[in-house]
Amino acid sequence: MIAIDARGATAVAIADGVRAGKLRARDVAEQYLDRIARLDGALGCYLLIDAEGARRRADAVDAAYKAGRDPGALAGVPLGVKDIFCTRGVETTCASKILRGFVPPYESTVTARLAGAGAVMLGKLNMDEFAMGSSNENSAFKPVKNPWSHAHVPGGSSGGSAAAIAASLCAGAIGTDTGGSIRQPAALCGVVGMKPTYGRVSRYGVIAFASSLDHPGPFGRTVEDAAALLEAMAGADPHDSTSIPAPVGAYRAAARAGQRRPRAAQGHAPRRARRVLPARHGRRGRSGRARRAGRARTRGRADRQGVVAQHQVRDRDLLSDLHGGGFVEPGPLRRCPLRVPHAGRALAGGDVHEDARGRVRPEPKRRIMLGTYVLRAGYYEAYYGKALRARRKIADDFQAAFAGCDAIVTPTSPIPAFKFGEKTSDPLQMYLADVLTVGPDLAGIPALSQSCGFTKAGLPIGLQTIAPALGEEICFRVAGAYEARTKWHERLPPETAS
Amino acid sequence: VSLDDYEIVIGLEVHAQLATQSKIFSWSSTAFGAEPNTQTDPVCLGLPGVLPVLNRGVVDAAVRLGLAVGSKIRQRCRFTRKHYFYPDLPKNIQISQFDEPICDGGTVKFRLHGEVRAVSLTRIHLEEDAGKNIHADATKSLVDYNRAGVPLCEIVSEPDLRSAEEAAEYVRALRTLVRYLGIGDGKHGGGLAPLRRERVAAETRDDRVRHQDRDQEHELVQERARRDRARGQAPGVRAGRRRSRRAGDTPLGRGARRDAVDALEGAGARLPLLPGAGPAARRRRRRGAGGAAQDLARAARDRFARYAGSVGLSPQDAGVLVSEREIAGYYDDAVAAGAPAKRAANWVINEVLAVAGDARRLGDADIPVPPAALAGLVKLVEDGTLSGKLAKDVFGKMWAERRTAADIVAKEGLVQVSDSGELEAACSKVIAAHPTEAANFKANPKLMGFFVGAVMKETGGKANPKAVNEILRKLLA
Repeated sequence: MIAIDARGATAVAIADGVRAGKLRARDVAEQYLDRIARLDGALGCYLLIDAEGARRRADAVDAAYKAGRDPGALAGVPLGVKDIFCTRGVETTCASKILRGFVPPYESTVTARLAGAGAVMLGKLNMDEFAMGSSNENSAFKPVKNPWSHAHVPGGSSGGSAAAIAASLCAGAIGTDTGGSIRQPAALCGVVGMKPTYGRVSRYGVIAFASSLDHPGPFGRTVEDAAALLEAMAGADPHDSTSIPAPVGAYRAAARAGQRRPRAAQGHAPRRARRVLPARHGRRGRSGRARRAGRARTRGRADRQGVVAQHQVRDRDLLSDLHGGGFVEPGPLRRCPLRVPHAGRALAGGDVHEDARGRVRPEPKRRIMLGTYVLRAGYYEAYYGKALRARRKIADDFQAAFAGCDAIVTPTSPIPAFKFGEKTSDPLQMYLADVLTVGPDLAGIPALSQSCGFTKAGLPIGLQTIAPALGEEICFRVAGAYEARTKWHERLPPETAS
Repeated sequence: VSLDDYEIVIGLEVHAQLATQSKIFSWSSTAFGAEPNTQTDPVCLGLPGVLPVLNRGVVDAAVRLGLAVGSKIRQRCRFTRKHYFYPDLPKNIQISQFDEPICDGGTVKFRLHGEVRAVSLTRIHLEEDAGKNIHADATKSLVDYNRAGVPLCEIVSEPDLRSAEEAAEYVRALRTLVRYLGIGDGKHGGGLAPLRRERVAAETRDDRVRHQDRDQEHELVQERARRDRARGQAPGVRAGRRRSRRAGDTPLGRGARRDAVDALEGAGARLPLLPGAGPAARRRRRRGAGGAAQDLARAARDRFARYAGSVGLSPQDAGVLVSEREIAGYYDDAVAAGAPAKRAANWVINEVLAVAGDARRLGDADIPVPPAALAGLVKLVEDGTLSGKLAKDVFGKMWAERRTAADIVAKEGLVQVSDSGELEAACSKVIAAHPTEAANFKANPKLMGFFVGAVMKETGGKANPKAVNEILRKLLA
């Protein structure tokens, strides 16, 4: 039995070790719980630590191994779960005071599948309230700090998930992406975050933000980690009629294939070589640094990787209008948090007649008001109808672009992590943080963010790889190839960052 | 202004519970009468994070109903959310259909005082039921969510009804239809729901409008606009169709709520379109997995056209016959065995289905009255051997004892009496026994029914009613 250094450990190394009998899941869990106890006070990644449950789950994995049963592809992987996933018997709040005390009597499909694969949930991760936000400053309980600099935000809304991976407070994590909520925090924290095709992963048990845009997905330290997690999460679900019945790809194998032979890329060799274009909607001035970094890292390498990158969003004004106008997420009304379902509130022990308005933070309020305005009788066609058409157009543009290439590479975020409070006064600026990630959400296509360098101040910069629908394997292969030839993912944030 | 100055105009929204095993969007049982809150699940309780999954049986049932009343069945329909804020609505939304209901149009026909009335339908749409509030005492209210998510179809009529009596008959006709189609049992509490809301409009004959209720006034305006259009005039007022539920049950002002509902209905998040949106679902549908309703629709439509066309049945009867493959098969066999088509249809619909209970039993090989046996009975009615009333008794015996009609008739001497001498004697006897009625007959010809009934009683139901009528008329003249 060997010990493992949890700091910087990968999920696949842990799973392989547990499956080979070299590691005990319980020992691994204890190490991570110890790290959380020591380090999370300063970071605020976890809203709830379920130490007892984690030990129980780890022991079950060890017992399965001892009994000669397969403990699962993710055996013993310490898992952090964004607090938007319902977990049976474990409080689920969406980082909102409204849902405080809500203990779901059922388990989300994603967490059930991960547990079935042997993952050991450590606790529930912090996020922006109801997933509304790009900085994690909207958590009703506490903000998450960026492990690379505690003065900076980790991104959002899945900020807790990204920061927990970066700080090695879990080996695998899950989050949800509606406008960039997986990829943007992954970029800002220097980890891998993957948003799969819409419907590839079941949304059952994921508290909805905008039903037609919500994508659950994995976080990992490496591309292979994210791939292994997605492989366990994905697949059709009878409880989600929008889930896709197509068979789940061999994502982990794709990530490894990318590491080994990027050029051959097994059937995904370039059809035509083209100049690498950085994302064209990065705005001059504001995004100069990230844009240059993105260009420097992607140009040249992409050719070697056998990938043509071209980002052509013809009507980018539509996109920015959409986003700036706040109705990229026409969802707030669909799941109006002012109206927490009676049964849910009853389970949370709350008063059914309680007025929720005073308990919601400004960002959800703002979006609810925007959504209400946009959907008002008479304005419906002018705003929402237009947005739907824009959405179709964006999807068509992506499809047209993929006729000439296998994947599109862009920076993930126009800016690196910003300071707390820097953008809270101007919601429009905050919304622009998602400008490069929102397209794939609207089109429902897979996209992955990984680390591709650091700013002079030492903040991570993210690289986004976008593939056509159900092209998760392409994402993993390309990202795996890039990762195998760079060392950015090996950098770890300081343990005592201030 | 007295009540007689008003013309009553009624349109109804009727909820029929569809008899599926599980709820419309989740797996809990729909069985009636269980302990409160024992038939719930996270989905029908609307817990955070759940997703509705449409029950295919619900779609099939609505399609059957739509075919039976001649609706246009939409190849694509969708669900929207209606936002309400009631304790018995666990999600705070009701998933319903708004702008794209499953069925458009259709006609329900029924008889009132011997006259056929036809009521046009606006639409039939699917939705989920709410839970049930139980007001235990002055301080406590309880909620039972067993009913939450039970599938309902809402049948919306045009304002074609002109009296309460007519409205009641219309609802009865719907109940019959729902039961015979095997899509619901049409029973109170577990079936055809009591009318949640009636749209009643009234108009003074001299066009003076006196109303307090804006709702009624609105309907009135709408009705007038409709008539204006019908007369080929430009409508004076353009009024959109608006629906509302449980008027007066809301803390908000009606106007405020209506605006909210308008907006939300249009915009509410969709379930996947029926049978599903997106390329994957389209593929699925092409493969036929989602096409059950369409296949049924096609097969039933062909048969329906034949019954209502060359066979000459009423569309309503044809609709009932095609609603289940077993019914249609049974009927076709009976006709093939020599039963006259129209009479056989009546017998299958009114008698066989009623005793069989479940329409699917008609497909059983060991059904007590097989199609050929029914044909034998119908032929005896057709040739005058049996009166309608006697035939029903015979049918009851056939079903209970598995005997043939000919056997029962022969052994029990049930042959209809058409012999005029015998009947005249009976008629004279009855007239003699009721001198007052006989004296009043000329002033009140309706008394004929009374006398026929008395003669039938006298002869043990064996008399030929037609012959009795003639004889009585002659004797009483």
